[in-house]
Amino acid sequence: MRHIISILLENESGALSRVAGLFSARGYNIESLTVAPTEDPSLSRMTLVTSGTDKVVEQIKKQLNKLIDVVKLVDLVENEHVEREISLIKVRAAGNLRDEVNRMVEIFRGRIVDVTDTSYTIELTGSCDKIDAFLKAVPNDTIIEVVRSGVLGIARGEKGLRL
Amino acid sequence: MELTGADIVVKALADEGVEYIFGYPGGAALHIYDALYRQDTVKHILARHEQGAGHAADGYARSCGKPGVVLVTSGPGATNVVTPVATAHMDSIPLVVITAQVPSHLIGDDAFQEVDSIGITRPCVKHNFLVKDVRDLATTIKKAFYVATSGRPGPVVIDIPKDITAEKAEYIYPKSLSMRSYQPVTQGHSGQIRKAVQVLLAAKRPVIYTGGGIILSDCSDKLAELVRLLGYPCTNTLMGLGAYPADDPLFLGMLGMHGTYEANLAMHECDVMLCIGARFDDRVTGDTNKFSPYAKIIHVDIDPSSISKTISADIPVVGPAGVILEEMISQIKDSGRKPDAEAMQKWWHQIDGWRKIDCLDYDRESELIKPQFVVEKLYEVTKGDAFVTSDVGQHQMFAAQYYKFSKPRRWINSGGLGTMGFGLPAAMGVQLAHPDETVACVTGEGSIQMCLQELSTCKQYDLPLNIVNLNNRYLGMVRQWQEFFYDRRYSHSYMDALPDLVKLAEGYGHIGIRIEKPADVEGALKEALSDKSRLYFLDFITDQTENVYPMIAAGKGHHEMHLSPRNNGDDEERELA
Ligand SMILES: Cc1cc2nc3c(=O)[nH]c(=O)nc-3n(C[C@H](O)[C@H](O)[C@H](O)COP(=O)(O)OP(=O)(O)OC[C@H]3O[C@@H](n4cnc5c(N)ncnc54)[C@H](O)[C@@H]3O)c2cc1C
Ligand SMILES: Cc1ncc(C[n+]2csc(CCOP(=O)(O)OP(=O)(O)O)c2C)c(N)n1
Ligand SMILES: [Mg+2]
Repeated sequence: MRHIISILLENESGALSRVAGLFSARGYNIESLTVAPTEDPSLSRMTLVTSGTDKVVEQIKKQLNKLIDVVKLVDLVENEHVEREISLIKVRAAGNLRDEVNRMVEIFRGRIVDVTDTSYTIELTGSCDKIDAFLKAVPNDTIIEVVRSGVLGIARGEKGLRL
Repeated sequence: MELTGADIVVKALADEGVEYIFGYPGGAALHIYDALYRQDTVKHILARHEQGAGHAADGYARSCGKPGVVLVTSGPGATNVVTPVATAHMDSIPLVVITAQVPSHLIGDDAFQEVDSIGITRPCVKHNFLVKDVRDLATTIKKAFYVATSGRPGPVVIDIPKDITAEKAEYIYPKSLSMRSYQPVTQGHSGQIRKAVQVLLAAKRPVIYTGGGIILSDCSDKLAELVRLLGYPCTNTLMGLGAYPADDPLFLGMLGMHGTYEANLAMHECDVMLCIGARFDDRVTGDTNKFSPYAKIIHVDIDPSSISKTISADIPVVGPAGVILEEMISQIKDSGRKPDAEAMQKWWHQIDGWRKIDCLDYDRESELIKPQFVVEKLYEVTKGDAFVTSDVGQHQMFAAQYYKFSKPRRWINSGGLGTMGFGLPAAMGVQLAHPDETVACVTGEGSIQMCLQELSTCKQYDLPLNIVNLNNRYLGMVRQWQEFFYDRRYSHSYMDALPDLVKLAEGYGHIGIRIEKPADVEGALKEALSDKSRLYFLDFITDQTENVYPMIAAGKGHHEMHLSPRNNGDDEERELA
């Protein structure tokens, strides 16, 4: 099953490599990983998407918790949550393709953030599924470049992951 | 008071109560060496190789419970210490290892003797620190000791660039410390403990399986109390030997790959297993699919990630072994309940039947020196009271099986990483921690050559070790696997041109004796052990063909042990199905 693990960790130079190293050393999956400082500059927030059997995911969480730099973590899929990914997608758009791409962007509620004679750059935010669906919907040979942020997530309701 | 970084390092070590630092100098470490020169609180032991320094600190830590401290230079000094760091990591041994680093402004430039020590050691430390500001130095050292020694212990590396050791800062050594991201558990969950106690008391075929965690947390007295209170059989892992007295009737011996018949069958047949401070290592479980099919498993460990990692626990209890043992004992006493006497009588009857096989029997009449015989004699002559270190191989297993350890911290070996070369330097650390005690290093001619240079360190510091070399002229453990699993194709397990180890020992300024007949074994041991002022290198020329039994081959279960041909009355190994 897919899990979204949200981690507060010390904002130290080695912290990211400890997490990444743990996953490669123990052969765990990483589907995506994002990290940035929080409102408290001494802490970073990392969102990590992984998958595996219940037993493996339990070990992943225990091993992460064991890292000295990890302050707290939560598995977002255990409860209701919101997840978002942002993507920037550059497509060929010349001639009558322009209309078609425009229509798609509208349907998926994306935004066009850069335009040239022959291309559009689209910003699209949503669940991973939505971005996947968009990439399927536009004709494959029109895609020039895709940049995805990886998943960000937060629990629904009042409670927050904080110190 | 303003001090240089180098003085801060040494002062902090002194304030931490460090007695010995094991090390080897080099460019990036020279400021620190200079600071060491200007004081005499922290004594420096100069090894002959950084690996030796690391294992010596490890042996010191294992034998006395205090953290071992190491100091090495950057680059090759740091890479040479990686093996001991990994060795300590696998066995959860507290070390603080200071690696000097090139000056901050050169980091990343492929500077002379620069390696990424933090990156290289990251996967085999509990934690590591790069010091970037001299003002953080004292606190970082405090943190390193705190992390290394608390919770599940382990090695911590502090990488200190040379410029930091020259800069000055106010010296304040924190008395205590708390870290928001690291809070080891200090208590067990009472509800879980209550559940565990109920299951324990209802057991019909219980077994108590304990490991290194009991030694690490110094609670073997509490283990003994619980075992005796219940009257249940107890077995120890290789790392847990000495936690329960081996000569006690409730003790089944070691379990696992080379464990006893009775311990492994009790593990297989039990209905309730209480595991404390052990981690279901693959050398212990054999094939996990065949592991203890009838058992309800209670697992007590301070590290949640040890629980249900390889074998799922039915009742997990996270916390320090000593505290939990104490609570279990008082709950059992308060409950007024007693174990099922009738069931226990039947269970012990079954166990005694397994014991009758006498799985550690060997040919005591042999014309050749049997390695088991040497260890048995060592046990007799030292009255079971020596500190015994070992290297890795058959000799290690013989030492574990035939030296009946009755006290914790007396059996010092590399279990998790299985590091050949560990035994001699570790013995140096043990002897320094216990200057008046007898220290023996049971080794093989293969292993001893991996850190032989440390004989020179022993001379410099007058360490009267007793080296018991079980010289079978083979990388015996490898040869055994080749005999069993590779149709006797002895690929590169025989070393031609072995050195004359007796002369070598003499060359280093020690006493060497070669022993070739069983009749001379006891005399040689007595001679060595009675002389407390010199190191003796006893080179026992042993039977080359001896194998370690019992043995559970890879992929087999506890009930599928190979027993010694002697247990079968014929020359074929008996495989039990
Ligand atoms: C050639 C060779 C053969 C071997 N054969 C065998 C064999 O036949 N049998 C065998 O047993 N081993 C054998 N080993 C050793 C094996 O590889 C493992 O090192 C060993 O089994 C692990 O022991 P352990 O389970 O006690 O764990 P350790 O590595 O000692 O780990 C200790 C456990 O205790 C926990 N702990 C630490 N502190 C506390 C505390 N305060 N409270 C509670 N828990 C704590 C830790 O989290 C950890 O889970 C062999 C090794 C070699 C090199
Ligand atoms: C550093 C290292 N390299 C290789 C091994 C693999 N190995 C395990 S036991 C062994 C043979 C040890 O030979 P010796 O020290 O003579 O002991 P014996 O088994 O003969 O008693 C080897 C090569 C190891 N454990 N450690
Ligand atoms: Mg040998």
